[in-house]
Amino acid sequence: MKELLPEETIISSELFREQMVMMVKSEHILKVCEIAKNDPELAFDFLSFVAGVDRYPSTPRFEIVYQLYSIKKNHRFRIKCRLEEPTEGLPRIDSVVAVWPTADWHERETAEMFGIVFNNHPDPRKLLLPDHWKVYPLRKDFPLEGSETETPDLPQ
Amino acid sequence: MSTQAPLTNTAREEILELNLGPHHPSTHGVFRAIVELDGEIVVNVTPHLGYLHRGFEKTCENKHYHQVIPLTERCDYMGASSNSLAYCLCVEKIIDVEAPERAQVIRVIMAELSRIFSHLFWLGTHAHDVGAMTPLFYTLREREEIMNLFELVAGGRLMPNYLRIGGLNKDLEVGFLERLKAFTDTFDERIDDYETLLTKNAIYVDRTKGVGILPLDDAIKLGASGPMVRASGLAWDIRKSQPYCGYDQYEFDIPVETGCDVYSRYLVRVQEMRQSNRILKQAIRKLPDGPIIARKAGVIFPPQEEIYTRMESLIHHFMLVVEGMKPPAGEYYQCIESPRGELGCYLISDGSSNPMRLKWRAPAFVNLESLALMSRGRFFADLIAILSSIDIVLAEVDR
Repeated sequence: MKELLPEETIISSELFREQMVMMVKSEHILKVCEIAKNDPELAFDFLSFVAGVDRYPSTPRFEIVYQLYSIKKNHRFRIKCRLEEPTEGLPRIDSVVAVWPTADWHERETAEMFGIVFNNHPDPRKLLLPDHWKVYPLRKDFPLEGSETETPDLPQ
Repeated sequence: MSTQAPLTNTAREEILELNLGPHHPSTHGVFRAIVELDGEIVVNVTPHLGYLHRGFEKTCENKHYHQVIPLTERCDYMGASSNSLAYCLCVEKIIDVEAPERAQVIRVIMAELSRIFSHLFWLGTHAHDVGAMTPLFYTLREREEIMNLFELVAGGRLMPNYLRIGGLNKDLEVGFLERLKAFTDTFDERIDDYETLLTKNAIYVDRTKGVGILPLDDAIKLGASGPMVRASGLAWDIRKSQPYCGYDQYEFDIPVETGCDVYSRYLVRVQEMRQSNRILKQAIRKLPDGPIIARKAGVIFPPQEEIYTRMESLIHHFMLVVEGMKPPAGEYYQCIESPRGELGCYLISDGSSNPMRLKWRAPAFVNLESLALMSRGRFFADLIAILSSIDIVLAEVDR
């Protein structure tokens, strides 16, 4: 259904238990999302969530998931992007807040939990975690019980 | 008597930053916001979340699939069974199992009781926030009866932890259906009582009508769902649009209002309680006999009595407790209509006995995003009414 519309931005698509997932190139995510929202056939006017996935130790390490819904057409769809971990700094991807304003808080949560920078995000502050934490708790290499030095209750 | 010096223009123009919460009863939990005020008018609201963040998603990644169920109920403790329903449906899809007919109907009963339970408490506290103290006592009376029903069926009063992957923990207790029937028979009249207290109450209508306007366009852009969009004129209910648990076999309407304000949200939720009661009555009538949990060795727990009598069942039970079950690798997104809106569970399985990733799409978290838009330009007192009309549960917002 979806293969016809966007151009060569697609890497692969997969069907599992009647749910369609499409992997797209991360540099084209904004373009893909704009088409998904504005194309009259797709009309994905509702973004359910944006989530991060850490596939450590396999590479590419990160995935960003966009779960879409069309109220007009009553269909759901999932877009995914893979992100390499760069040798220095944090992985980056374009923000989709301009397409769906609801992505704002979802992207802020993903950013602080996985350490992913969303380019052009209007409000890149932390959302749930304390400002003085410099760690990314939902990464697989972060211990479940936290750490006394890295996640203190109060700023040191 | 001393007279105050007249305000200078600079003092008049200064924006006051007020810290609201996190410990304040009107914020319904540990919600904190920085409110910028120009006199009594709200200029901007900046929510600061995370006071109840417990790392739910991280914890789930370190638990077996069956162990996650009680954790999900601690997200939205006001509609506890809705949470475990979303999670169980999602896992059942991945392992390709369907709950038996009887379990499906009982699940609907539990989900609709949770909806009434949540809306009752919302109604009482919301009315209290805008100055009407009486409704709270009446709504708590009916809520108490629902808690008694939960206790009867599962033991837990607030979080029953009754659903299991593939079905239910155990069958209904003797006498449950009679008590449920007595509840549903009187509940419609009880809703009439609440309505006499509020629907045409001049003070209540003054405080809520035209307050907290959320146009449908903005509601969709901001991802609002549930009663929030239905009060803005969109007849969207996941129970109708993408039915689960056999909701397509029940007769009920989607209450819609077009006022886009706090009063419309009140009307929608009251009507939803009536519709839930309608569903409950049908569920009691159609409840079939049969098993309450699906059978799949090595994936779903065998029934309790078999563990004591059959060797294979004992072994399967032991292995499930020690090693957990290993679903096939894959991913699924299951969403349901919770009391607050689209409650979604996105689960990635990598074939091991722990979820690789579990993302909880909490409706209260997303609905809260529209708070700033709704309260700008309104009085500070309206902000409290607007906040309570969103019906947030902070445990779900922060997870």
